[in-house]
Amino acid sequence: METPQTQPIAELRDASKHYGAVVAAEGLNLAIQRGEFLSFLGPSGCGKTTALRMLAGFETPTRGDVLLDGQRVNDLPPHRRPVNMVFQHYALFPHMTVADNIAYGLRQRRPRPPEAEVAAAVERALERVRLPGYGPRRIWEMSGGQQQRVALARALINQPKILLLDEPMAALDKNLRRDMQIELQTLQRSLGITFVLVTHDQEEALSMSDRICIMRGGRIVQVGSPRDLYDRPVNRYVADFVGKSNFFDGRVSRVGGGAGALTAAGGITFAGPVSCTRGVTEGAAATASLRPEDIALRRRLAPAAGETGVPVQVRTRIFLGEHTEYLVAHPDLGDFLILASRQAEAAEGSFGPGDTGFAAWRDGAARILDND
Amino acid sequence: MTMRPRYRTALFLAPAGAWFLAMLVLPLLVVIVYSFGERGPAGGYAPAFTLDNYLNLGSRWTAFRNTLTMAPLGTLACLVIAYPLAWFLAMRADARWRTLLLVLVIVPFWTSILIRSYAWIFLLGGQGIPSLLNALGLGNPRLINTPFAVLVGIVYGYLPLMVFPIYVSLERLDKRLLEAADDLGSPPMRRFLQIALPLSMPGVATGCMLVFILLMGEFLIPAMLGGGKVFFVGNALVDLFLQSRNWAFGSAVAAALVLVMLITVTAYMRFTRRWAGGRDDVALM
Repeated sequence: METPQTQPIAELRDASKHYGAVVAAEGLNLAIQRGEFLSFLGPSGCGKTTALRMLAGFETPTRGDVLLDGQRVNDLPPHRRPVNMVFQHYALFPHMTVADNIAYGLRQRRPRPPEAEVAAAVERALERVRLPGYGPRRIWEMSGGQQQRVALARALINQPKILLLDEPMAALDKNLRRDMQIELQTLQRSLGITFVLVTHDQEEALSMSDRICIMRGGRIVQVGSPRDLYDRPVNRYVADFVGKSNFFDGRVSRVGGGAGALTAAGGITFAGPVSCTRGVTEGAAATASLRPEDIALRRRLAPAAGETGVPVQVRTRIFLGEHTEYLVAHPDLGDFLILASRQAEAAEGSFGPGDTGFAAWRDGAARILDND
Repeated sequence: MTMRPRYRTALFLAPAGAWFLAMLVLPLLVVIVYSFGERGPAGGYAPAFTLDNYLNLGSRWTAFRNTLTMAPLGTLACLVIAYPLAWFLAMRADARWRTLLLVLVIVPFWTSILIRSYAWIFLLGGQGIPSLLNALGLGNPRLINTPFAVLVGIVYGYLPLMVFPIYVSLERLDKRLLEAADDLGSPPMRRFLQIALPLSMPGVATGCMLVFILLMGEFLIPAMLGGGKVFFVGNALVDLFLQSRNWAFGSAVAAALVLVMLITVTAYMRFTRRWAGGRDDVALM
């Protein structure tokens, strides 16, 4: 009895969680696909952890449903759900050895599997997380990175339908985090298990996920692949969370056919595709997002067709190796960022603080967004 | 330079050291010396060297037997009642009410144990619970001056000493460990037995030790609620020192009590250490 590949492995249907007057999650609708790596991304208090805990069974939605494999599981306690979790600070049992921690899930099964089988499974799990022979160790003898791998092995031994990861990298230092991200991704590919990650680290979400679910104030703002979110953010919040961008508030001066223009302070116009979720009409307040890499910094304004240029003064210059980041000031638009490539630097020469020049961008490079 | 921290440590320890020397070691030595002496002609102590007092210990066997049965029994009764209470306070009680509830646990301590024991004399006496049971047609049991009455008094008096250490260890227990066990497929009762109970053992051990040691020296509760029928070693000592004024024999009984206590407490510590340390090597349940 194979379930069709099209059926989502988990679903949130209008799932909401209220604590009295406090809204932790509101009307979450999300289908998690079999075998994908999905991340919930957002600042603390945005509801991402609540979403994860509803999938794990630690929270029961006050309204709406949680489905696993097409079955409604609202009232199924965590110990009866076929999902496992890696906790934020690992929550390893301090009074047990590494092997007993990992074996814990198997030993909860009834009928209980024979000890020889458990021991073999534990050894395999330890090898999988590159900790062979560490079974007899005590938890406190393990480093942070090792503890994290023990937590991973403990959660994976039950072969869960979904592995839930609650900020698993938060306690690791930067280098270790990078290694662990790669390891997690490799593990996910080789096991084919659906991974659902909660993080506030946009880089982490962007580098590991097939899809990202961006949340704010208990609601889902946008769901999409990292590229989708980067190229087609629906509002200022998403554009700001996924990569760097400049925002210019103004009023929509033209709209139609998915594209439009926005007039900002000083009558400067930004043209580009419109990806507002609300219906946009001429004169409505919106924001234009312009990525720093889409702006060129020039010595003099070459009036090329289909380009907009404004005079700016350089405030700071930060050398980033492949790129140089300039913070420039414009009397009407205020301060904004420009990312100049090495080639551009070579052509135009580098600018120093106080130098004047022109910021130019191609018409259509901007994106008209909801201004929230 | 290297000596200075050592001097400082010695200085900090000096008051406690002097206190222990003056109030514990010296009196204990006096007791041991006295225990080999004789009763003075008009009572008290007369110097001598004899083993008669120790050979005579058998005459107080009942007191030792009562103490050595009621102290563990009372400790166990306290534990059985205190653990669920501590669990409720640490795990279930609303944070807003927790402090108030904790204060309520110690409120009885604000009144003298003497007055509270008098209250129990009335409650367990003919006018109290027995007459109530009689009115309900449930018989007229004799409660006061029984081992049961002493046990009730012990639980009543010593419960907070058991509740607090257990409460602290449960309160400190990382609740995510219980969530992790839940997540890994463990139902509630197993989570308790495999995670919460072993991790709260330090609190249980401390509470049991506190209550047990104090119970070994108890004399007020058996005197008031046991009516001379449930006689502890403490009561024997009061009798020997204040009534029959046989200080030498009293000292021998006291020395014997200290010895018994030392043996039981050492055995208990060994046992709890092995139990807590050995658990994680075997599969639970």
